[in-house]
Amino acid sequence: MAGSIYHHLLSRGVTRRDFLKFCSATAATLGLSSSMVPQIAEALEKKERPSVVWLHFQECTGDSESVLRASKPSIAKVILDIVSLDYHETIMAPSGHAAEKSLHDTITKKKGKYIAVYEGAVPTKDGGIYCFVGGKKSIDTCKEVAAGAMANIAVGNCACFGGVPAAKPNPTEAKGIRDIIGGTVLNIPGCPMNPENFTAVVVHFLTFGSLPALDSLGRPLFAYGKLIHNNCERRPHFDQGQFVRQWGDQGHRLGWCLYEMGCKGPMAFQNCPTIRWNEGTSWPVQAGHPCIACATPDNWDAAYPFYQRMKAVPGVGWQANADKIGLGVAAATAAAVAAHGAIRAAKRRKECSKSEDEGHE
Amino acid sequence: MATTTHREYIWELPVRITHWVNALSILTLSVTGFYIGAPFLGIPAGDDVLPMAMMRFIHFVAGYIFTASVLFRVYWWFVGNQYARLNQFIPTTWGRVQNTVQCALFYGFMEDEIPHSPGHTGMAGLSYIVVFMLFLFEVASGFALLHMANGGGIIYAIGGGWMLDILSAGTIRMLHHVFMWCIWIFVIIHVYISWHNDIIERNGLISSIFSGYKFFGDHH
Repeated sequence: MAGSIYHHLLSRGVTRRDFLKFCSATAATLGLSSSMVPQIAEALEKKERPSVVWLHFQECTGDSESVLRASKPSIAKVILDIVSLDYHETIMAPSGHAAEKSLHDTITKKKGKYIAVYEGAVPTKDGGIYCFVGGKKSIDTCKEVAAGAMANIAVGNCACFGGVPAAKPNPTEAKGIRDIIGGTVLNIPGCPMNPENFTAVVVHFLTFGSLPALDSLGRPLFAYGKLIHNNCERRPHFDQGQFVRQWGDQGHRLGWCLYEMGCKGPMAFQNCPTIRWNEGTSWPVQAGHPCIACATPDNWDAAYPFYQRMKAVPGVGWQANADKIGLGVAAATAAAVAAHGAIRAAKRRKECSKSEDEGHE
Repeated sequence: MATTTHREYIWELPVRITHWVNALSILTLSVTGFYIGAPFLGIPAGDDVLPMAMMRFIHFVAGYIFTASVLFRVYWWFVGNQYARLNQFIPTTWGRVQNTVQCALFYGFMEDEIPHSPGHTGMAGLSYIVVFMLFLFEVASGFALLHMANGGGIIYAIGGGWMLDILSAGTIRMLHHVFMWCIWIFVIIHVYISWHNDIIERNGLISSIFSGYKFFGDHH
């Protein structure tokens, strides 16, 4: 069908073979059986590209970068071509009033038929005056666009959970999209999000007409259902007790486990170890850096300190390790107990000699 | 004044067993927990021992045993003899409150006599209810962390998975350490006071947790 996603991809120089490879890879990312590949291919051959409105709020455009960057020409380069980007502040051609008009046109003419993608947190303090785009408060734009969208997708940790802008002390009271508009928001967190997960969500939506199964945080289970630690290629070193103790030590050079360097893989959920980044090239732990749990709510606070295994005990200084404090208090208790025993012994000796004296009288 | 002694059965078998199962599992859980928190053994490259996997396995098995023991002791609060019941831990009568205050004064050297308590003293009971709260928190936080690593299951969800909705995993882990230290501080005081009272009261307190019997003087 002319105008379908498939035809659009063909016009961009994608071969039939590459197209089917893309369908298979996406099915694999979604955790679907290979028998579902024809269904996905059929959907992409028949369906038109869905309109997408992509809004930027408090963020660094890292998620757009993540989608747009591709080192070698491949299917990844046309990931955004499976959707029709009607509005995207950083990459669209129009500017000024023309840009705002295209947003207005999309959300009025295609009401109920467009997918809204949000990148960045929304400030709520002082009525939300800390983020304006096109003369409008982001909180208002967000609500307006969400009202007519057939699906709301938050990409990146900022849009999902507040991310960097919401990190303590959160001066603008930034919030994730779900806290602004309520209802079902599909969250694709990460810093940035992995574009393959975004594509897979859109393909799932086109193929089955519904969003994939979500966890309690609104994250698709196919991408965030498994603990990074359990799928990590360095996991055998963890079980073997082989740990990097210092940057650049023998263990680091041998690719041992980064647990002792503060890796948050044991508390983070994402499919990084399996699908990796930049077309499967690598991912942080493979590159020798501990995971910082970037797809976890409030990770800038919750996963802090990034390079220490243990969180500090609050109110006792940032380096206050629970075990150091515990050992100190236990030692003090032992000393107090010893002192108590000494006083008791002295008192008893006094009483004994006193009763002996009384006995003599 | 002639004094004879008689012995009285205070601690029933389930009380003694759970006491020692708790003690041994706390020791096991602490040692393995220290390794899991900060792996102190250096393992050379190419060695095929699995210390972390082993420590975690022992920690989890001990955790289940500890949980069973704690829950059984909680059950015994309601069906045990008069010295095992919940009202021995929470002072509900005026007599128990007085006993608790007198104990505190005695340990503070402000009172010469320790109140006569065949079972727990008021203060001991109170410290045990606090320590049981610590136990239950350790169990819940342990299940929360296990729940996360193993990706769910009803026991984990009920046991502590709910905690992940309230606190971040890092905070739960930190508190898991903090409360472990609270338990060890309790252990130091508990062992000292048992020994101290064994001498002061000459009632065979320490042997009672093995045999179940305490000895009391009869004044004639």
